[in-house]
Parts: sequence; C-alpha cells; structure tokens
Amino acid sequence: MESMASAAIFYGVAALVLGSALYVVVGKNLVHSAFALVAAFFGVAVFYVYLGADFLAGAQVLIYVGGILTLLLFGVMLTNQIYNLNLRSGAIQVVPGALSAGLVFALLVWIIQSVDWGAMDAGDPGPTSESIGRLLVGDYLLPFEIASVLLLIALMGAAMLVRRRGSGSS
Amino acid sequence: MIPLEHYLYISAALFSLGVFGVLTRRNAVNVLMSIELIFNSANINLVAFSRFVEGALGGQVFALLVIVIAACEAAVALAIVMSLYRVMKNVNLDEAAELKG
Repeated sequence: MESMASAAIFYGVAALVLGSALYVVVGKNLVHSAFALVAAFFGVAVFYVYLGADFLAGAQVLIYVGGILTLLLFGVMLTNQIYNLNLRSGAIQVVPGALSAGLVFALLVWIIQSVDWGAMDAGDPGPTSESIGRLLVGDYLLPFEIASVLLLIALMGAAMLVRRRGSGSS
Repeated sequence: MIPLEHYLYISAALFSLGVFGVLTRRNAVNVLMSIELIFNSANINLVAFSRFVEGALGGQVFALLVIVIAACEAAVALAIVMSLYRVMKNVNLDEAAELKG
C-alpha cells in the first residue's frame, strides 16, 4: 500500500517534470518559462530523493534553483528593454526541430528497450554525504581540483566578458 | 520500487525536449534553459545507474561535477549573451549572423 502511494507520487512528479519542461521549450513568455524551469528542477530533486541521493537532492535545490535560475532570470531581465513588458521568445524551424527531437527520442527508447539491463535495486544506501565527501578528497581528488580551477576561471572569464570596454582602470 | 527503465525513459524524454528547445527557440536565454534541461536528464541517468549498480557511488560524484560544470556554463554563456545584447540590442540567435559569409 505504501509502495503504491510512493509509485503514484513518483509518476505524478514525472508528469510535472515533463510538463514543465514542455512549457520551457514551447511557452511564449520568457519569465514563465524560467519559473516552469524551477518546477522541473524541483522534480528532478525529488527523483534524487527516490534514488537515495540525499546530498545531491540538496545540492540540486541549492545550486540550480538558488544559483543558476537566479542567473538565468537576471539574463532574461537584462537582455530586454526595461519598458518591454511582454518578454516573448519566438520559435524558428519548428518542424525540423520536432523531427530531430522525435528521432532522438525514438532512438533512445529503442536502445533502452533492446538492452537487457539486468539491474537489481541495490537498496537504499543510507546517508551519502560522508561517502561522497570521502570520495571527493580520495579517489576523485583530481576531477575535484580541476572543477574548482574551472569554476574560478569561468567566473573570472564571465566578469571579463561583461566588463565595459574603457571603463576599467587598465 | 521504480524500475531502472522508467528513470531512463523519463530522462530520454527530458533530453529530447531539451534538444527540441535548443533547435527551435529564438531567444538565447531560452536556449540556455533548454541546455540546463539536457544537463538534468544526463544527471538523472548517472544517479539512477549509481543506485542500481552495487557500490557505485562514483555516479553521484560525477553528477555533482556535472552540476558544477553547469554553473560555469551558465555564467560564461550569460556573459556572452550580455555582450551579444550590447552589440545587437536583442538576443535573437537567428539575427546574429554578422560573420556569415
């Protein structure tokens, strides 16, 4: 009975994620698209909870919803004239785009169906924060360091790119 | 419990929606949102496989790194969009064809 309810919530969240994603890619209003993206990110965080990835679910909400989405909203606001109240995004080449996306989806579904995954649920791994922390400074130390340097360089590069020419001291 | 295939189907659908958005949207910021959808679909796959393979927590570490890369990508791409806006006064990708031969 409990697993029934849990499955029902899962498929409800799946429908929410796919519906919001659909609105993001076909919706007319940019700000509404950004808020639909919030719903999609929250739904993906719920998937992480179902998969027993508690730390990742927290990181997803903090970084995506708190960080990246705020950045995207600033992008929407700053790249439109302030008096332009209807922030619209038109669509181009809809038919070829739909065909390509449909082909990609069909190919993926075909692959998923034709492979015998033989996967067994390994069970709830329990709290993962400690193991992920140990892995990050153990087995995955090099990717971790490269990611931190990349983050630094990306932020410096972004600041360089948006600086107005001639207004700097150099 | 939810079988692995269902996570893969959801992720495939999310990926295809993202591809559709990247191909059809005119606004550069909206294309960025679609790219974030694609990142998320890949992440669902990584975490799902890490759950269904015994003792493979590396998938979650990988997904964490993907989130970091997505943050970098959003920052740099928005900086480029801002520069484009300064030159073009709009961010419609089909009009940014100055370098077209």
